Amino acid sequence: MYELERVSKTYRQGGRPVAALVDVDLTIADGEFVAVQGQTGGGKSTLLQLLGALDKPTSGTIRLGEADLGRMGASELTRVRATQIGFVFQSFNLIPTLSAQENVETALAPTHVDKRERRDRAQEALESVGLGDRVAHLPSELSGGQQQRVAIARALVKQPQVLLADEPTGALDEDTRGEIVGLLESVWKDRGLTLVVVTHDSWVAHRAERRIHLKQGRVTEKAAAKV
Amino acid sequence: MFGTYLRRELANRRRQTIIIAVGMALAIALVIVVNAVAAGVQNAQATALKSIYGVGTDITITEPVTAASAGGQQFQFGSGAGRTSGGTRTIGGSRLRTDFGTQTFAATTVAKAAATPGVKAATGVLSLSNTTFSGQLPGGATGGFGRSGATPRPTGGPDGAGGSAFGITRVSVLGYDVGGATIGPLTAATLTKGRSLTAADAGKDVAVLDSDYATSAKKSVGSTVSIGGKTFSVVGIVKSTSATGSSASNLYIPLDTAQNLAGDKGDVSSVYVEAASADQIGTVKTALQQTLGSTMTVNTQADLASTVSGSLSTTASLASSLGLWLSVLVLAAAFLIAVLFTVSGVNRRTREFGTLKAIGWSNRRIVGQVAGESFVQGLIGGAIGVVIGIVAIVIVNMAHPVLTASAAAAGRPAGTAAGGFGGGSGFGGGGLGRAFNQVASSASSIVLSLPITPAVFGIAVGLAVLGGLIAGAFGGWRASRLRPAEALRSVA
Repeated sequence: MYELERVSKTYRQGGRPVAALVDVDLTIADGEFVAVQGQTGGGKSTLLQLLGALDKPTSGTIRLGEADLGRMGASELTRVRATQIGFVFQSFNLIPTLSAQENVETALAPTHVDKRERRDRAQEALESVGLGDRVAHLPSELSGGQQQRVAIARALVKQPQVLLADEPTGALDEDTRGEIVGLLESVWKDRGLTLVVVTHDSWVAHRAERRIHLKQGRVTEKAAAKV
Repeated sequence: MFGTYLRRELANRRRQTIIIAVGMALAIALVIVVNAVAAGVQNAQATALKSIYGVGTDITITEPVTAASAGGQQFQFGSGAGRTSGGTRTIGGSRLRTDFGTQTFAATTVAKAAATPGVKAATGVLSLSNTTFSGQLPGGATGGFGRSGATPRPTGGPDGAGGSAFGITRVSVLGYDVGGATIGPLTAATLTKGRSLTAADAGKDVAVLDSDYATSAKKSVGSTVSIGGKTFSVVGIVKSTSATGSSASNLYIPLDTAQNLAGDKGDVSSVYVEAASADQIGTVKTALQQTLGSTMTVNTQADLASTVSGSLSTTASLASSLGLWLSVLVLAAAFLIAVLFTVSGVNRRTREFGTLKAIGWSNRRIVGQVAGESFVQGLIGGAIGVVIGIVAIVIVNMAHPVLTASAAAAGRPAGTAAGGFGGGSGFGGGGLGRAFNQVASSASSIVLSLPITPAVFGIAVGLAVLGGLIAGAFGGWRASRLRPAEALRSVA
């Protein structure tokens, strides 16, 4: 479970402070599917980065379970990211020189899993997203939808508690968008993990249990949604 | 994962890998060649010195030349000297004396040196020059100037018009201990004809000739040679073990015979010393200097290397100055290229490293990945550099470059100098002495051979690894400074 109390994040831009998040109070229960919406520059990606232990808040506390992410050192945050959090990015962010299977294996590299098990688990993860026959393909040999599936497999292979997706359908056409959202939903349901999706797409947001709107760094609206 | 990722990245960024590897390869090859040239020159210098000082000589002892003894050769003739025929007077003479620029000292120094701790063997030599002068000048050039107003037309001399002609021949003679010395100049020569001098030859007028001199003077075993006005029997011919050089002297005679003939009884001009162990040479030098006093000059082979001149010396200077700086410059350029390309590569891969950090890769793992890639690029460059270096060395060795080496040091090397000049009479002293000094050092030709030593390749591989690590360290440092959130934001 995420608990955010009076979380603020300020950047310096051109020597001037820019408030990305202001006094955000938010709780996300374990197993919850939350969509984060808002205007560009509203603080969505910043919130996702704080939830993903990629950055620390300027003030306030942010907890993932018992862990206070704001007080952790860099190596502890790295460990949290390596074991508890899965990321899916808008532009997939696959390593272009590695095959689909090897890309999935990169997520297991920090977990000291032996080579054989790493290969087996990557294979399973790819099969679970419907790419069992594409394991040896390079990202450039896959379609956008397939690349995003590989990215989802990479996020899931370490069996995280939380899956964070930043505009996961932003680079996809409508048909593929449906496939990817369907895949995320099924993963969320089957694995019982917490799913937070940042999106501009209202159709995607409406698939979430809960929608959060951010405007100028503040949570302005919390709306229940029906899955 | 590390190996797969590394291999794929290097293969994918082939152009960068090739540029870094080629830069590194050229630098490594240059280092190898410069090192090999330096080693080859060092060997050539040792060969040049060996032909002069013999095999096994670690240290030489000499005494600096004093001003009083530094004067040149002088021939003096009385008014009735020579014989006159047809208006031309022919004069001639032969002198044996200590070699120019050489100071003699008491032979007891040999015993003192031999008794010094760390000395395995010591032997003394007396380096002499036998100079023969012969010439013609007008026989009737006696007074008569200005007697009747009209100057008489000069007559006589070799050209019949009052001119003169003189010829000078110089032969080097080395007196050495024939009692079975294990070191000294003759250890660098092999007997080709006749026999060597033995203890039984002490005090006798017998000589061994250098084969080059024997050929030019048309002498062989059984011939006779004139040294200091005495006739010596030739009992043997020796040849330098150097492929192209002559041995240390034209003639070799027993030491006591040389001392008596030159009027230097009980004196030697050089002492050759062999240290008990090669790593004790420095200590032995210090001990000898203390034992013999500061008036004596004690030189090791390393000290004497600086006395070798000629194109060998020029090559040595080029190898040590230009070669060294060129190597450093090219190496620095190669390292800089590797660093710049690596850092630029990291900058291009910001998104990649940001993603890896987001999925849990530690800084250490990412730095290791970047450093590993640079390290392998360096190794590839090193391997290519080693191949280029070997090929360059083989090409140089196949070309057999011949360098000339001259050494003008204690126990001055041999040479036969023949000079001639015409004109009016009246000469001697310093001028002639200087002329001799200019030709006194013998030039030998030495084929430069570049050695291929494991140490050089060790250095080359070490430098390649160092270059890779430096580039990797910079690249890794840059990658480690990427904060995941900022790296991902920059992508967005």
